[in-house]
Amino acid sequence: MAKRSIVPFGPQHPVLPEPVHLDLVLEDETVVQAVPSIGYIHRGLEKLVDKRDFKQYTYIAERICGICSCGHGLGYCMAVEEVMGIEVPERANYLRAIWVEMSRIHSHLLWLGLLADAMGFESLFMESWRLREKILDMFDETAGGRIIHSVNQVGGVQKDMDATMLNHLLEAVKDIESDIKPVVNTFLQDYTVQSRLKGAGVLKKDDAVTLGAVGPMLRASGVEYDVRMLGYGAYKDLTVAPITSTDGDCYGRCEVRLKELFQSFDLIREAIGKIPSGDINVPVKGNPNGEYFMRIEQPRGEAIYYVKGNGTKYLDRFRLRTPTTSNIPPMVEILKGCQLADVPILILTIDPCVSCTER
Amino acid sequence: MEYKNEIRKITAAEFFPAVVHMKTENWRLVQICATCIEGGYEMSYSFCLRYDMVTLRLEVAEDEEVASITQIYPCAFIQENEAEELFGVKIKTIKPDYKDKLYRIDVETPFKKKE
Repeated sequence: MAKRSIVPFGPQHPVLPEPVHLDLVLEDETVVQAVPSIGYIHRGLEKLVDKRDFKQYTYIAERICGICSCGHGLGYCMAVEEVMGIEVPERANYLRAIWVEMSRIHSHLLWLGLLADAMGFESLFMESWRLREKILDMFDETAGGRIIHSVNQVGGVQKDMDATMLNHLLEAVKDIESDIKPVVNTFLQDYTVQSRLKGAGVLKKDDAVTLGAVGPMLRASGVEYDVRMLGYGAYKDLTVAPITSTDGDCYGRCEVRLKELFQSFDLIREAIGKIPSGDINVPVKGNPNGEYFMRIEQPRGEAIYYVKGNGTKYLDRFRLRTPTTSNIPPMVEILKGCQLADVPILILTIDPCVSCTER
Repeated sequence: MEYKNEIRKITAAEFFPAVVHMKTENWRLVQICATCIEGGYEMSYSFCLRYDMVTLRLEVAEDEEVASITQIYPCAFIQENEAEELFGVKIKTIKPDYKDKLYRIDVETPFKKKE
């Protein structure tokens, strides 16, 4: 029997953008067990509902994470709106969808850059992040912030996009889409990328469901599940279909995210084409009294926002179940049996977001 | 799309059989949430089958123990450890049990309602 040893991985590691720790039990170079450990940056943001009223809390929700900021604001506001029975103006729904899809593009491009960097493919990393800059510039122009957007509010959105802005966004989407094609081809066809990703970290379809995988991690294993299919907000009028892959390996997870980029471009174009005129928010009267579990599709997968109000301006409870929380158990599973050298790539392909997880 | 999003209240005696039933019906566990209520906690276990979501709602007294569901849904371990560490919910036989060390925080049960 091979000698067993334990190798600590993280919390600081070149491939990890945020701190997470794993104890890897090895037999020679093969991982036989991985014990995850988080908790380096827990901030207790959910508890702040005691001190910030439900309208102010939108500001906190948007700051749970710098990558999923727009989606967190949206999920929180939609949960409160469900509790209060608020009908949001249609234009606000479309604006929200446009920003959330821009957010998905920015998140996936960020991830692609990190993946390329982890593989040592520096030019691909720089090209992915160069394209991401263009989306961040569009966020700056439309929302006034590159990372934290502060566009959502209970009852609608805070900012509108005029026709000039929407046209500029259409042009930017067209530019990015054409620039991104060589990057996508490299990720999907390059020999080096394929040799690192194909067949690595396979998550079978049944395991993906049993272990609670969500988002691209789940869809790469062949499960057609995308919460946008529920038709919340403007998605009821937009064309969404889950993008899947069948192999369930690192390459499949990369392929799903790459295809989702083009789906987001299409959704932005469709939303801009269909956006109605009108108000962007409605006045909110009263306080939330009741509870609701709201689900939205964040770039990393299904996120669940629970809100419980008691009729006062302070909520009893806000809870966020992040996609990464759900993707840690399947990550631990795919690490079993892999080679030590593949661990960084396998961890990256779940696209862990530790700030969200330790909100 | 029409879909279910409901909360079902259950008793402690019904809890474990209900979770086993969800498992045998292929519902996947999507979230566990603890909330402080007068004299104890409200535990919500949400399950999804396709796009339907059902939440099992269990009320537990402050000193009452609740069984871990990690034997049925191994992926529950993070959220059960979280409920135990942040709220002080007494969950027995979580596998693996981080013994209040999931989050590296100094304050004991920071989300528990203080008198």
